[in-house]
Amino acid sequence: MSALFELVDFGVQIGTRRGTAHIVNGVDWRVQAGETLAIVGESGSGKSMSVLAATGLVPSPPARFSGQALFRERDLLTMEDRERRRVRGRHIGFVFQEPMTSLNPLLTIGRQMTEAPRQHLDMPSGEARDKAADLLNLVGIPEAAQRLDAYPHQLSGGMRQRVMIAMALMCDPEVLIADEPTTALDVTTQAQILDLVTRLQSQFGMAVVWITHDLGVVADFADQVAVMYAGRIVELAPTSALYRTPGHPYTRGLLDARPRLGETEAELATIPGVPPDPRRLPPGCSFWPRCPYREDPRCETEVPPLREVAPGHLVRSFYSITQRAPRDQEA
Amino acid sequence: MTSASPVEPMERSLEAQEPPEEGTRWALLAAIFESPVTVLAVVIIAIVLFMAVAGELVAPYGANEINVMNQLQPPNLTHLFGTDELGRDVFSRVIIAARVSVQVSLVSVALALVMGVSIGLLSGYFGRWVDIVGMRSMDVIFSFPVMLLALAIVAMLGPGLVPAMIAIGVVYTPYFARITRASVLSVREETYIRAARSIGASDARILRLHVLPNVMAPIIVQTSLSLAFAILTEAALSFLGLGVQPPQPSWGRMLFDGRGFITEAWWMAVFPGLAIFLTVLALNLIGDAMRDALDPRQRSAIEARAGNL
Amino acid sequence: MTGVPGSGAPLLEAIDLQVHFPVGGGSLGRGRAFVRAVDGVSFTIERGQTLGLVGESGSGKSTIGLSLLGLVRPTGGRVRLDGEDVDFGRSSLQRLRARTTMVFQDPNASLNPRRSVAASVREPLEIHGLHRGSAARRARVEELLDLVGLSGRFAERYPHELSGGQRQRVGIARALACEPELIILDEPVSSLDVSVQSQIMNLLRRLQGELGLTYLFIAHDLAAVEYMSHRVLVMYLGRIVETATRESLYRSPRHPYTKALLSAIPSAEPGETSAARLLLEGDIPSPISPPSGCRFRTRCPWAIAACAETDPHLEAAGSDGEVACIRADEIAAGAPAALAGTSGA
Repeated sequence: MSALFELVDFGVQIGTRRGTAHIVNGVDWRVQAGETLAIVGESGSGKSMSVLAATGLVPSPPARFSGQALFRERDLLTMEDRERRRVRGRHIGFVFQEPMTSLNPLLTIGRQMTEAPRQHLDMPSGEARDKAADLLNLVGIPEAAQRLDAYPHQLSGGMRQRVMIAMALMCDPEVLIADEPTTALDVTTQAQILDLVTRLQSQFGMAVVWITHDLGVVADFADQVAVMYAGRIVELAPTSALYRTPGHPYTRGLLDARPRLGETEAELATIPGVPPDPRRLPPGCSFWPRCPYREDPRCETEVPPLREVAPGHLVRSFYSITQRAPRDQEA
Repeated sequence: MTSASPVEPMERSLEAQEPPEEGTRWALLAAIFESPVTVLAVVIIAIVLFMAVAGELVAPYGANEINVMNQLQPPNLTHLFGTDELGRDVFSRVIIAARVSVQVSLVSVALALVMGVSIGLLSGYFGRWVDIVGMRSMDVIFSFPVMLLALAIVAMLGPGLVPAMIAIGVVYTPYFARITRASVLSVREETYIRAARSIGASDARILRLHVLPNVMAPIIVQTSLSLAFAILTEAALSFLGLGVQPPQPSWGRMLFDGRGFITEAWWMAVFPGLAIFLTVLALNLIGDAMRDALDPRQRSAIEARAGNL
Repeated sequence: MTGVPGSGAPLLEAIDLQVHFPVGGGSLGRGRAFVRAVDGVSFTIERGQTLGLVGESGSGKSTIGLSLLGLVRPTGGRVRLDGEDVDFGRSSLQRLRARTTMVFQDPNASLNPRRSVAASVREPLEIHGLHRGSAARRARVEELLDLVGLSGRFAERYPHELSGGQRQRVGIARALACEPELIILDEPVSSLDVSVQSQIMNLLRRLQGELGLTYLFIAHDLAAVEYMSHRVLVMYLGRIVETATRESLYRSPRHPYTKALLSAIPSAEPGETSAARLLLEGDIPSPISPPSGCRFRTRCPWAIAACAETDPHLEAAGSDGEVACIRADEIAAGAPAALAGTSGA
């Protein structure tokens, strides 16, 4: 079955004075309607760049792309600009991290929200306004109709993010891409937004691609999780499998590094060192310099392929640690 | 799994693998030398400086070697730029006159820089009444057209080299003050300033070590542009007879003298004019290149262009 | 202000601390509006311990940290360091800033980009005249870098050559330079990647043990606060709503806001908390005009009419904590939330 939105061997390189930086390297994933894919990684992992570049939001010189970004089997990268903008505006909704800078401070909410449907769907502005008010209501903004005439600075961070979500839904997109949408928000607001997106997804049946650095955030609502490190996917698995039996040492390290409530005695597990420079990636597995396992001599010199260690569970490693005991039980 | 002890040696060994990266200073110089046009500009300025310092040694004739018999000769092999109405070699005069332009521009811009940056630093950092006093006084100076104010000052002090320097210095102070103040206003809010305060640094120390180094970039750019304008202004003052007085040669003065002979002896005005033009152009090009190098957004575009593949 | 029975007097005492910021000209009449960032907060920090301060944006927690160093001027209340009142005048402030230092949230912004690591770490020594002589200073800088897990080779580097975690270590080294007694950690790991957060938290705990440091740990991440602190204060809109030891905060939170915070923590266990998730309605009210009575009542699932009339004080709860809620006992005994669950519509 063909995917709704899919990346095939996708790569992004940028030339710099000191060498070519491979920001994204051979990334493959797919997402269907009604599914949520979470892309998790730390800074420099390429998680945001991969998705932004795939949807044409990264300027092409200086960046260069390889591979394909297929929306309904049409490659976004080879499309003409105008066509790509049409596809993007009509079928893909975006929610970004900083609601203050994503919203134009000089335009009213209503004006910004109705821009896309008026342009891409030829919706008359009265109808667009009504739809905007409905969506604002749906995302939990009180007095929705009046808010259409408000300016972004008159709303709090949490409310602005809701506006962003409503705005992303104006054209009934089939894919919703959220790039760290709750990172800048308080924990309690974050919980509200997560809950909202989950409800909207079951209501509208969109595919959701949720990019985050926080493994915990997506545990409850993602169907699949892709973990990225140094531009590559190192693990791709259904959510519960990823958390219960992580296969890649990096995933394991991420899961173990969080402080857990109630466990304050021992030192926190850490991943020593720092991620590699994208201009000077190690010849073999990019995680090798920091890996506490290193169970295969090939790790140092060959880039491991993604292997299926369980149905639907891919790990980029020559061995798998899915069968290791959970942290608390190790000596 | 991972225990505490491997952290330190591992961190250090990882760190040791990284070669040192170039600092921003070198990037600045590198960016300047990237474009052949900018290199040419630097060469021109180097020549001008050399002429200013060692003019008399290189010039084939003296600046005031009057030889009326040879007057108004067009450019030829013995007099590369021809001679003026008194038979003086224009080429030598152009070379020697470089000194005046360089002197006046350097001193006046130095003056403007010291005064302007100080006022800008204090106004931007302390705000409130210091800012009001500082900026209003700058506004007063700013409100006058440059030449008018320079003329007024020279009229008060009498014509000559030093009054020209003072006049130009005063007139350009507000530019430095404004640019400095604008940068200080944003740097002031940075966390590292708050961090410096948190460890007990005094305001003076913060201004000197934390604010000033971080506002230098636009000041440097402004300096090169101001040098260019200073040369022009000096030339204009001399042209009006209010700058350097004869017999000291100055490009502006030579323009003035050459005015009356434009039809018979174009070389008397054209070559000093060309000297002014090239010097100012070179300074502008250098200023632009520095601005491009120091602007972070421009920098990454440049890096991309300079990339390998 | 109950404390863990400590070794003598507390290192720091804040008594009724207040920080109000004036807001632009009033729109009507002459009354000036104030942002009540910190509105009557009292606490103590015991020597060698960590006091955690947790709250969300607008709670005032960062402002408290800044005010303890005089980086913002308290508009009311007192601070006592080691038994003596802190005078926020110029010369005593300078001395205070050798005994109390701060580590900032954003490591990328807290180091002067134009100064080398060594210069930044050395600066407190220069300001306070310690370890005189360039050789002595250099030795001390190397010692400090070593303490925070960086090799001496970092000394000549510049901040832009370092990773976020490395920059934060430099910030910690700088804070340690003058052998301070109290370090205020203002969201020291929030801007760092997860894998680096644990490195830094381990480092901080280790340093506390080795050097006998006292910390005020300010954060919005409850799990991190619980890991680092011995006692925790929960703040909402400028006031403390609950204090507890770390164990009792986790096991039996009393204040509705604390409960909401705990349940909002994203878990790494799928399906674990979704059933019990306590979602708050609405957004944080304005700190310029907080709600009458209990400030939390507009979002509290247990709010009743009486909550609008009385402004609750911190009262002892359990053996070692305090709560500011008139219904605390009822809630602890199992009173149901009035409006449990979903936000919005």
